[in-house]
Amino acid sequence: MAELFEYLTEPMQYAFMQRALLMAILVGLVCAVFSCFLVLKGWSLMGDAVSHAVLPGIVIAYILAIPLSIGAFIGGLFCAVATGYVKDNSRLKEDAIMGIIFSGMFALGLVIYLKVQPEIHLDHILFGNILGVQAADLWETGIICAATLGLIVVRRHDLLLYCFDQAYARAIGLPVKLIHYALLVALSLTIVASLKAVGVILVIAMLIAPGAIAYLLTNRFSHMLLISSVVAVGSSVAGVFVSFYLDADTGATIILIQTFIFILAFLFAPTSGILRKKIVSQNS
Amino acid sequence: MAKFIYNPSLEVNDITVTYNNGHTAIYDASFSLSAGTICALVGVNGSGKSTLFKSIMGFVKPVKGSVTLSGMPVLTALKQNIVSYVPQAEDVDWNFPVLVEDVVMMGRFGHMNFMRIPKKKDKLAVRDALEKVGMTEYSRRQIGELSGGQKKRVFLARSIAQEGQIILLDEPFTGVDVQTELAIMKLLKQMRDEGRLMLVATHNLGSIPDFCDHTVMLNRTILDAGKTADVFTPENLEKTFGGVLRHFTLGGDELHDDDDTRSVRVITDDERPLVLYGNKTQKSAAAKKSSTANKPDADAKITTSKAEAK
Repeated sequence: MAELFEYLTEPMQYAFMQRALLMAILVGLVCAVFSCFLVLKGWSLMGDAVSHAVLPGIVIAYILAIPLSIGAFIGGLFCAVATGYVKDNSRLKEDAIMGIIFSGMFALGLVIYLKVQPEIHLDHILFGNILGVQAADLWETGIICAATLGLIVVRRHDLLLYCFDQAYARAIGLPVKLIHYALLVALSLTIVASLKAVGVILVIAMLIAPGAIAYLLTNRFSHMLLISSVVAVGSSVAGVFVSFYLDADTGATIILIQTFIFILAFLFAPTSGILRKKIVSQNS
Repeated sequence: MAKFIYNPSLEVNDITVTYNNGHTAIYDASFSLSAGTICALVGVNGSGKSTLFKSIMGFVKPVKGSVTLSGMPVLTALKQNIVSYVPQAEDVDWNFPVLVEDVVMMGRFGHMNFMRIPKKKDKLAVRDALEKVGMTEYSRRQIGELSGGQKKRVFLARSIAQEGQIILLDEPFTGVDVQTELAIMKLLKQMRDEGRLMLVATHNLGSIPDFCDHTVMLNRTILDAGKTADVFTPENLEKTFGGVLRHFTLGGDELHDDDDTRSVRVITDDERPLVLYGNKTQKSAAAKKSSTANKPDADAKITTSKAEAK
């Protein structure tokens, strides 16, 4: 028992580990709540697109000497809005348009990055640097997370109706355009908030896995939000500790744990798991 | 008749809808409906039915003309929470993690504060609506666990809980068995008698005279609109569907050996009817041209059937 306690307290003797843990929990929570909507709305690829599109935003913000988060936010939002615009004015389907826009923006970011050679590591943008998180970063992420979480939790019923039945939402007078853009803004904010922890590549997993796991496990949306949050926060905490002892990359460890939980859910989910389906088909 | 703050009415004034890709889906379309009506909206796929629905709900803006609901412009009317919509089964994600009662509660959103926390009257309204459609015992089921007819009734209950006055229904009878079809019709008639206005897009031609007092015939513009008795004629159906309708005419000489020259006509939209006369299957006009007609038995009767399940 005392040994276990030591296992848990030892990493926490380091201030950078404390900050990493807090960061991982914050990011895990906001991504978890948002991922429920992304999975239900079928917007997983949108998460992918927006996260890649923040790269040119960051680089340009560096050149203009404005806060990188603002650049990242504008880059991400631009990608989402541009996708909608092209979709409304061409015959292409959304996934094709997104593929072009986000890879184009990502490529632009890379080209400018190598030209400008900013002080920020490309690795840190791509994969995060959770162990290097400073107090100021925590504040920034904390404020963005609180704002996004607040918006989503308070308006979750309308957001859910929007995802479920847009035509009905429209019929009863909900501002569906506004809800649509509010979701995109919240998505961009969530990604910006997660950047320092897991980077633009790995944030996609944080934005999809918890919601996907919860979706496999329940038929109620309120439970889905809860399960998703527990899974994400649990993975974050476990990931921070495990990575400390394995000397592994923290962001990647968190995502590996989430992936592992997803596999478990896929196999053992009470109604939709493949094991259960096997049993049912054998009995019938 | 129930008391409504706004007297339900629907007016479509000479609208033309052109999409961004340049396609004009409907042009110069006009018709109007008043309270206490069930109106069928009839037309082939691609005739502009969904575009008409979209313009009534403000999803698309007509390039010409206007739509008025209870005397108000569309967006104003939608904000009053008087318009309701029952989606087509194909448009619903049946795996969505919501229970029957959750869906019906969505109908109460317009009556709640912005946090959407249900009050006692909201819960009562949900309970009453579920009872009205006979789905009380299923209220805790996930929506995907229901049969086709039950699914329809849940969405109808949502419109009832909403106290919607102008209700748009998209194909309410697809995937529904005959019993449920009758139950839904009864419910719709009840809602009509309460003074509501319902516009029903349907392929189910045979049921229209049974429950729709008005009919709108659409083929990219309004071909005819008015009382079903006046509008729902073979000539109009011919015009609306062009050559698309499946016709089946069983001539007097095939039915009996007297001089009565009247014939039995079966007209259907998407599915081909199975027509039996005696124990012999009858072939439709097109098929008959290429093969010799069957000689039916003398003491036979005619049955038509539509494949219900999709």
